[in-house]
Amino acid sequence: MSTLLEVSGVSVTFDGFRAINNLSVQFAEAELRAIIGPNGAGKTTFMDIVTGKTKPDEGRVIWGEKNLSLLGMSESEIALQGIGRKFQKPTVFEDQTVRQNLAMALKNPRSPLAVLLHKKTKSNAERIEAIAEQIGLTDSLTRIAGELSHGQKQWLEIGMLLAQDPRLLLVDEPAAGMTVEEREKTTDILREAAKTRAVVVVEHDMEFVRRLDCKVTVLHEGSVLAEGSLEHVTSNQRVIDVYLGRSHA
Amino acid sequence: MFRRLLLVCALALLPVGFAQAQTLQDLLQSHADEVQKPGRRSVGVLIDDLVASELPQAVTFLEAWRDREIVRRDADGLFFRGQGKDPVALIDLDTGEDVGSVGKSEVSQSRPNGGVRKLIGEALVQFQLLDPDLTKRSEAVDAIARSMDASQLAPLQGSIDAEPDAALKARKERLAGMLTAQFGATTQDRVLAIEKISTDLSVDVRAVLNRLLTTQSNVAAELPANANIAKVFEVGADLSAADAYGQLVDAELAPPLVGADAIREALVANIEDGAVGGVQVHALNNDAARAQAYAALAGQGLVPPLVTQADQQASLAAHQFFEVYEEPDTAVTDAALAALEAIETRVGVSQAVDLGLDALSLASIYFLAAIGLAITFGVMGVINMAHGEFIMMGAYTGYVVQLFVPDYTLSILIALPLAFAVTFGAGVTMERLVIRHLYHRPLETLLATFGISIALQQLAKNIFGTQARPLTSPAWLDGALVFNDVIAISYIRIAIFVMALVFLGLILFVLKRTRLGLEVRAVTQNPGMAASMGINPDRINMLTFGLGSGIAGIAGVAIGLYAKVTSEMGADYIVQSFMTVVVGGVGNVWGTLAGAGLIGGLQKGIEWLNPSNTLAAQTYMILFIILFIQFRPKGIVALKGRAAAD
Amino acid sequence: MQRSFIAQNPSVLWFLLALSLFTLGVTILSEAFGSGLISTSFVKTLGKTLCLCLIAVAMDVVWGYCGILSLGHFAFFGLGGYAVGMWLMYARTEALIIESLASQPIPPTPQEISDAIGNQIFGVVGSSEFPLIWAFADSLFLQLLMVVLVPGLLALVFGWLAFRSRVTGVYLSILTQAMTLALSLYLFQNDSGLRGNNGLSGLQNIPGFEQTGQATLSIVFFWASAFALGVGYLFFAWVVSGKMGSVIKGIRDNEARVRFLGYHVESYKLFVFTITAVVSAIAGALYYPQAGIINPGEIAPIASIYLAVWVAIGGRGRLYGAVIGAAFVSLLSSWFTGGGAPDIPLGFYTIQWTDWWLVLLGLSFVAVTLFFPKGIGGLFDYVFRKPS
Repeated sequence: MSTLLEVSGVSVTFDGFRAINNLSVQFAEAELRAIIGPNGAGKTTFMDIVTGKTKPDEGRVIWGEKNLSLLGMSESEIALQGIGRKFQKPTVFEDQTVRQNLAMALKNPRSPLAVLLHKKTKSNAERIEAIAEQIGLTDSLTRIAGELSHGQKQWLEIGMLLAQDPRLLLVDEPAAGMTVEEREKTTDILREAAKTRAVVVVEHDMEFVRRLDCKVTVLHEGSVLAEGSLEHVTSNQRVIDVYLGRSHA
Repeated sequence: MFRRLLLVCALALLPVGFAQAQTLQDLLQSHADEVQKPGRRSVGVLIDDLVASELPQAVTFLEAWRDREIVRRDADGLFFRGQGKDPVALIDLDTGEDVGSVGKSEVSQSRPNGGVRKLIGEALVQFQLLDPDLTKRSEAVDAIARSMDASQLAPLQGSIDAEPDAALKARKERLAGMLTAQFGATTQDRVLAIEKISTDLSVDVRAVLNRLLTTQSNVAAELPANANIAKVFEVGADLSAADAYGQLVDAELAPPLVGADAIREALVANIEDGAVGGVQVHALNNDAARAQAYAALAGQGLVPPLVTQADQQASLAAHQFFEVYEEPDTAVTDAALAALEAIETRVGVSQAVDLGLDALSLASIYFLAAIGLAITFGVMGVINMAHGEFIMMGAYTGYVVQLFVPDYTLSILIALPLAFAVTFGAGVTMERLVIRHLYHRPLETLLATFGISIALQQLAKNIFGTQARPLTSPAWLDGALVFNDVIAISYIRIAIFVMALVFLGLILFVLKRTRLGLEVRAVTQNPGMAASMGINPDRINMLTFGLGSGIAGIAGVAIGLYAKVTSEMGADYIVQSFMTVVVGGVGNVWGTLAGAGLIGGLQKGIEWLNPSNTLAAQTYMILFIILFIQFRPKGIVALKGRAAAD
Repeated sequence: MQRSFIAQNPSVLWFLLALSLFTLGVTILSEAFGSGLISTSFVKTLGKTLCLCLIAVAMDVVWGYCGILSLGHFAFFGLGGYAVGMWLMYARTEALIIESLASQPIPPTPQEISDAIGNQIFGVVGSSEFPLIWAFADSLFLQLLMVVLVPGLLALVFGWLAFRSRVTGVYLSILTQAMTLALSLYLFQNDSGLRGNNGLSGLQNIPGFEQTGQATLSIVFFWASAFALGVGYLFFAWVVSGKMGSVIKGIRDNEARVRFLGYHVESYKLFVFTITAVVSAIAGALYYPQAGIINPGEIAPIASIYLAVWVAIGGRGRLYGAVIGAAFVSLLSSWFTGGGAPDIPLGFYTIQWTDWWLVLLGLSFVAVTLFFPKGIGGLFDYVFRKPS
């Protein structure tokens, strides 16, 4: 499997606090990966760096077969390269319908002129239907997104990411605040998506990670502490110290 | 020389008079006609004789003469001092004794005219310079400084050594220096004097030097050999061809140009049968046709010929254009030029310092106006468009206090805390009633507070009227602290500067050293966490808003002291205050300070570059700020980290 | 496509119908073409109000839909007015000058005409030279082009600078306010080339139509304003109803999300900012010939804030709301300040509305922001859309 995204030697400092410390991690195409770690381990900052929201002090972020550097690209350029991001809090456009939300995310020309002159086509409609099917919102296409339940909003956001047809999906705590059934469905959606693209899930709910059943990277104080299967990392003494040490403190 | 001699004598005479060879009356009789009917030209002889006579009573006579109190008795032709209209009481000029009264018709009054009285006055100055009364001596020096005449140099110099008052002596020396520079006997004296006064920055010294360097524009076929030439112009480079030709015309060295208007008038005057010089009138709607018609008229000798471009060039080429110093002595003009240059360099430095002081005082005003805004914006993320109206409320509070408390010092001392209290109350009320409901909707807060701003402004107009109201500063704040002739700063601005410093200290103290400050900072950084620690963010927000508004009230009193108090005064400061906050960086006292410094300095700097136009200065400043935001979107003192990124 | 757009937005059709009926009604009642029940000056007021409605619609798009609270759109409005005013003033003065020079014994040269016009126009600011910016003033076509180009370019440059440095929210509002202030201060200068605080005047006289009465001119301008409002409304309704509308509403609600979806947010903001600026300028170009005079005071930041007030009171995020707000508040305002409203005697004090209207407006604006964030337009929701 070829490498899709390579992050190497990245550090970033906020007011003297080292949020990311010489972090190196790689993701392959069509891979499902979970990133876990205690609070302040740098999970969200890592995503900020990859998506262009935060500029690192040093290090490289290399993308795709052409080995493009993502540093120096704007958020929208990185998104157009095929990296989709789901925020921790569900962020959908609550004033607009589910269909409009998905239509906006659909992979189409993004320039203002193209958007202004955009016409609804049958193929677009079909793709929207297909994604709605995948996230289980077929019946809610005409509803205003703000009326959806918390879980439905999370799925809609994942659906919007899928509509972008990205090669790498970064998902921040998708299971937060979900019921057990909703979690199961979320797991299914993510595992299904990971068949055709790389999906990176940041999560600190161990149960949810176990259900994903994938390779796990443990972050601690801004760098990789351990990597491997869930069994492998949970048996790692340092991981136990970090987690248990915290919980006992 | 003659007068110098006299002065030496006069000095010797001061304590006791020598035995006099003649009486004043004798002297006057020998110039009887001059006394009776003085003329400007001829009176000099009499005055010189008077001065030369060394008679102490000459001063009294001159004063009386100046005041038109000298009369001549028709019966015997003797002169007396006459008092009263009719009868006139006669006083002997030599003894000062009353010699009885006579009817008005028996005497004739001497009526020196303005020019003569001026001469008398100048003569008196020479005596006054040595007068025992300090005030009189000082007045005499003032009089000399006003007129600056060659004749005053000698008496002035003679009076310096005997001058007991140190300050007046210094003034006399300075004045003597200026007089010597202009009227000194030898070139060397004058050059030395010029070098000596060049340490002075004052306007009158600069005026003296400029007078020495007065030039006259001149034009001639050849440069004169013996003139003190200041500058030779090169036509085209430092003198425009049009101006140069104008000089030629003025000097009657070239015929005047025939302008478009003159051509038109000449053509109009010579219309015959619908045509001028063979050109139909209706065709005269362009310059070429008009020139043709005019040329035809000139050919007939009806009008002076056009001066062509070539004629102009030839005239210009045949002449030299130059400036000549009125002062013929090259050494003097060179020294004056060097001195003026030296002075101007130092004046420039002083002006820069003065500008810096101006900028500093403007910056303190902006700081006072903006700091309240910065606090509310930084802590609560609320932009208060009514902030300017709080400033206005503070100023009006001061005005109302002065209506009841006539003592200005006391009234300002009452107004400051009262303005704080009034605007604090207004701020808290506004926070409770409006802003509290609009947190997390910053744009709507902006609009709602703008609504309040409109209402408050109109309310003030309804209550206090549209005309400006005075807020008078105490008398001890009048005047200015003068460092030299260029650097000066008014006490009121110093007071505002001190006030800004005090508030900077106070705010820093409140934010860094008090419980309230700790809680404010906690709420700023993490409201949720602060709430869970038992801090009531509601209360903190209310107090912060009150504090910010209260400071606006105090700023209002300060601004009202030196600007006018009107209902629109807040609006005048609000944009600058916003700029200060934006440029400085949000939520940081030091940032606001830096922003106020930058904006104050910038505004003064631009005004200095373009002094005629304050409007343009403000325009350019705003453009600069818009560009500045490009490079530092978060202001000078930017918060870093995740808190700032979100 | 057009049909489906109208079909999906029936309110557009209703609006156009109402506007047409209104126009027809005013025409029938005007002095020029009907009973004369509506005076010429009131026809002008109504025509001006329509122009204000048009700029309010533009403001609604940039603020209500795209979330950019611009406090600078009235500056573009004023620039449009100045651009058209330059031609009006130049052409009118030229006609008068040629007429007065014709009585002279010999015909004037072009230079003499130009000098006389310059003297006439710039005499009040102690100049007679034509500034460079008047280079196109003799051509109606070029000057109309300026109506669009100058504000458009200004908006483009300013917007590009502001958006690319990611200035948002209240910062952006203040920055736009600063831009407006800078512009009005600049125009206040005598050497701005636009007659300083005298502004441009006599704009109600249309060159070439000296013989046509103001009654007729006023109704023609009224039609033009109504037409412009109709076209502008239709255009913006089309813009905000499609995918473009989705994206710009998305930017308003969550800029970061739109950015992570791969949209270049800055381009969209710039597009909306510039296009609305151009429409504002067109509204201004129609407004000032009806007002007759334009001066820098019109461009002062306060005017742009009032614009925001109208849109907020009318209801943001719905185009008809902006129209209602602008018409309602501006007409009400002229009724109150014009002495139309009766004074209220309280015994100890008489409330004179000329003095108290602004207090009332300010407070009601606070009330609207607090209690009716949807404005007057929000009432329509209650009437037409019963909760399902």
